[in-house]
Amino acid sequence: MTAPAPAPAPVLSVQGLSVRFRMRGGAYVSAVTDARFDLAAGECLALVGESGCGKSVLASALLGLLPANAETAGSALLGDLDLLTADERTLARTVRGRRVGLVPQSPAAHLTPVRTVRSQLEETLRELTGVRRPELREAAEAAADRASFPRGHLDRHPHELSGGLAQRAATALALVGDAPLLLADEPTTGLDRELVDRTVDELRRHVGDDRALLLITHDLAAARRVADRVAVMYASRIVEIADAESFFGDPGPRHPYARGLLNALPEREFTPIPGMPPELSALPDGCAFAPRCVRADEACTALPVLAGGGGGAGRDGAGRDGAGPDGAGRDGAGPDGAGDRGVEDRRVDDGRVESQGVACHHPHTHPRTVALEAPRA
Amino acid sequence: MLELRSVTAGYDRRDPVVRDVHLTVAPGEAVGLLGPSGCGKSTLARVAALLHRPDRGQVVIDGEVARGWRHRAPRAQRTAFGVVFQQPRLSADPRLTLTQLIAEPLRATGRAAEVPGRVADLARTVGLGDDLLARRPHEVSDGQLQRACLARALVLDPRWLICDEMTAMLDASTTAALVAAVEGYRARTGAGLLAVGHDKVLLERWCDRTVHWDELSGDAAADRTT
Ligand code: SF4
Repeated sequence: MTAPAPAPAPVLSVQGLSVRFRMRGGAYVSAVTDARFDLAAGECLALVGESGCGKSVLASALLGLLPANAETAGSALLGDLDLLTADERTLARTVRGRRVGLVPQSPAAHLTPVRTVRSQLEETLRELTGVRRPELREAAEAAADRASFPRGHLDRHPHELSGGLAQRAATALALVGDAPLLLADEPTTGLDRELVDRTVDELRRHVGDDRALLLITHDLAAARRVADRVAVMYASRIVEIADAESFFGDPGPRHPYARGLLNALPEREFTPIPGMPPELSALPDGCAFAPRCVRADEACTALPVLAGGGGGAGRDGAGRDGAGPDGAGRDGAGPDGAGDRGVEDRRVDDGRVESQGVACHHPHTHPRTVALEAPRA
Repeated sequence: MLELRSVTAGYDRRDPVVRDVHLTVAPGEAVGLLGPSGCGKSTLARVAALLHRPDRGQVVIDGEVARGWRHRAPRAQRTAFGVVFQQPRLSADPRLTLTQLIAEPLRATGRAAEVPGRVADLARTVGLGDDLLARRPHEVSDGQLQRACLARALVLDPRWLICDEMTAMLDASTTAALVAAVEGYRARTGAGLLAVGHDKVLLERWCDRTVHWDELSGDAAADRTT
């Protein structure tokens, strides 16, 4: 608890974030368990994992858009505002659009079908920036330009746009409020590779030096293209947070699940991870990946704790400070275990420890790492 | 042999999205058809599976010219195809359990007696456990539902498989698992495959050969082998 205050402060600091849903009959579904990460200005963190792992619920939690039967724990600090405890009025008036820009999964569903792109941009501008006529028209055109949405298409309705243009319209709307945090939830689903590349490149460009991007995606190639760090989620937990370059290149991921995911790519071994993820309503006490993991042994019946990965750049040790006692309280895995792991990480991987979090009892690097062929543009 | 001969198709006769396309898939062959979204390749896939009537041209299935489309297709021709689409939620009746979903084609062809055995077999092929089979679509993930849709496509032992962006919404591991299930089925039965998609890396890894949409249309004519 005595770690020196890092500078500058992260844009978003998520600590011990858990979300569970109360179901009929009193059962619970744990969608997010003890997530912790920081996101600095100028940084892009990709949160990857298969559908149903909890990553979209995490996004909804950050936007205060969870359904009524959700219960949350932990904190998600955006500056000094905790997004988990902020009331709806604050979220609606000061957060969504203004402090967190959302690039939605399905732009077609996000745009209002009966109104032109221009009128939606103008309304958002009026709301978020207070621009009034006659400046509004020009402001809307400038907003369209920022997302490379062609001015000539501003008077069209969403259904008259191609998938790519609808995505840009949605991006233009997300950028209007100049929010310090951009949250993109599967922004490229169903788009062609070329459009995927263009969309994520544009998002990356908007991040620049003073914003942060949380990119939630199941598309590993998209993550590789723009992310500085990668967080891998499995069965509600972040099981690895790593530097994107070492994750996709050498030495590769360290968590067996993350390795399996990369090896499933058609440009690599194209072999699936056997089995399927566990139900979020019936998570085991130990490592949730154990039934699918070739390395599993007795140690894995106790929950591994993410070691040293909580923090972003510049947060040395602070992540572990939080992880130890909390982890212990939850599952009985000793704080010492977590601490040891962190120390071990530091020895093995000098200088990169704070970006090499992995929650596994045997986090070995894959001996043979095949690099993805697509070059980072 | 599955042959598409001079197929022109679309939703507006004056502006067809598929123009004079030729494409051949040999028995047991896996052909990947690559193209950007909106180019018409999904329409072509629907024509090949006898689900969309072309404006002009012919579909020839193992030497026999297709004589009808959708429910008007003769049963023997219709059941020669197994089809999987991109969005499992659009092609799965939300009221059915996964077991019922997989069994649908058996019931529709008067083979209800085979349901228990076939469903158990196919569930294993696509990696679905018993606990999931009793659920309805909203109680499973996209990946699990797509596994069920693939099982449904295989339940009548089709000679031809048409997969239209089958894995576009899925994560890498589920993609590899579904492709492995398709390839396992093909290795066992010798079925041919037309896989339509936009992911070049995937289709090149999966298929014996790939053709690009631009090579098929109009004058570019015949189906070039790459
Ligand atoms: S903790 Fe054990 S079961 Fe879990 S990923 Fe690591 S080795 Fe595998």
